[in-house]
Amino acid sequence: MKERLVQLEVLRYNPDTDTEAHFQRYEVMCQEEWVVLDALNKIKADIDPTLNYRWSCHMAVCGSCGMMINGEPKLSCHAFLRAYEGVIRVEPLAHFPVERDLVTAPDDFMEKLKRVKPYIIPKEKKPISEGEYKQTPAQLMKFRQYSMCINCMLCYAACPEYGLTPDFIGPAALTLAHRYNQDSRDGGRKERQEVVATHEGVWECTFVGACSEVCPAHVDPASALQQMKITSSIDWIVEHLIPGGKS
Amino acid sequence: MSRNPLIREVPPTSWYFRHPRYLRYMSREITSIFIGAYCVLLVVGLQRLSAGPAAWEGFLAALKSPASVVFQFLCLVAAVYHAATWFNATQKAMPIQIGEDFVPGNLISGAHYAAWAVLSVVVLFVAGVF
Ligand code: SF4
Ligand code: FES
Repeated sequence: MKERLVQLEVLRYNPDTDTEAHFQRYEVMCQEEWVVLDALNKIKADIDPTLNYRWSCHMAVCGSCGMMINGEPKLSCHAFLRAYEGVIRVEPLAHFPVERDLVTAPDDFMEKLKRVKPYIIPKEKKPISEGEYKQTPAQLMKFRQYSMCINCMLCYAACPEYGLTPDFIGPAALTLAHRYNQDSRDGGRKERQEVVATHEGVWECTFVGACSEVCPAHVDPASALQQMKITSSIDWIVEHLIPGGKS
Repeated sequence: MSRNPLIREVPPTSWYFRHPRYLRYMSREITSIFIGAYCVLLVVGLQRLSAGPAAWEGFLAALKSPASVVFQFLCLVAAVYHAATWFNATQKAMPIQIGEDFVPGNLISGAHYAAWAVLSVVVLFVAGVF
C-alpha cells in the first residue's frame, strides 16, 4: 500500500495552562487513501496522546469531526489527504469557543436549535387509535433535503454573519425550522416565526451563501433561508397592507 | 475539569480576505453603491427637468462628458452583475415543485433572464431606440 509522509500543523490550546493557542507541527506516515482524521488518530496513537479532537462515525454521518482544514470548514473524516499539498493546517471550527485543542463548545448552537422548535407540532392532535399522520411522497419531497442535516456546524463556521453577530440563529437551526414548516403534518409555523422572522432570525442573513457551499450533506441552508425571507415578507404584507389581513 | 474556553475573534474589517467566496460576496454588495449613486443621478435629472428646458439641456450635456460616460458605464456593469447574481439566486429562493420533482433550477433562473431581455427590448422600444 502506498504511503506518504504528511505534515500537519495543529492548533493546540490547553485551558488549564494556556492563555493563547499555538500551532504544533507533526510529521506522520500515512496511507495514500487516508483522511485527515486518520492522520490525527495516528498522531494520537503514536506521537502525542495529549491531542484532543472529537469524532465518532468516521463516515460523514455523526457530524462531530468538523474542523478548519487549511481554513475551510470540513468533516475531517471526509477530507482526503491526497487533496492537499504541503503542510496541512488543522484548526478548531471557526466562530465557536475553543474548549481544548480541536474541541469546540457547541452550547450556543444547541440552545439555538431548541429555540426553533425542531419537532412536529401537529395541526390537530389526534388519539393514537386514529392511526398515524400520513404523508405522500410529494409532501415528503417538499422538505426531505432540509431533513438531511447532521448538525456538524460547518455552516456556522463558514458564515461570516454568525462570526460577527453571534446572536444570529444561524443556517442549520433556521433550516430545520423551515424543514418542519414545510412538513404537511406540522402546524407550528406561527410559533416558530417568533424566532425565525426577526433580526436574529432570517433577517440577519445577507445571503453570502457560504453555508451551502461547505455543507457536507447538501442541505443548502441558503435556499431555506431565502425561502423563509419571502414567506415572512408575505406575512408582513398581508398583516400590514391588506385590510382585514391576518398573518 | 475547569472550563476556560478560548474565543478566537473574527477580524471585523478583513474577514473577507479569508476565502474567494467572501470576496465574491463583497463585490456583489459593493455594486449597490453604484446603483444607489445612479438613483441619485436620476433624481437630480428629475429636478433639472422640473427647473425648465435650459436646466434640462444643461443636464443632458453634462451626461455626455467623459467622466459621466465612464460613471454610467461602471453603473451599468454593476447593475448587470448585481442582477445576474439575483437571477442565479431565484432558483434557490423560489423552487417550483411539480409532483415529486422540482423544476430544474436553470429553467427558473433562465426564465428570469428571458423576462429581463424582453423587458429591456420593450424599454428600448418605448425610449425610441428602434
Ligand atoms: S446544514 Fe449542513 S453544514 Fe450546517 S450543520 Fe447541517 S449538515 Fe452541517
Ligand atoms: S466522524 Fe462522524 S462525521 Fe466525521
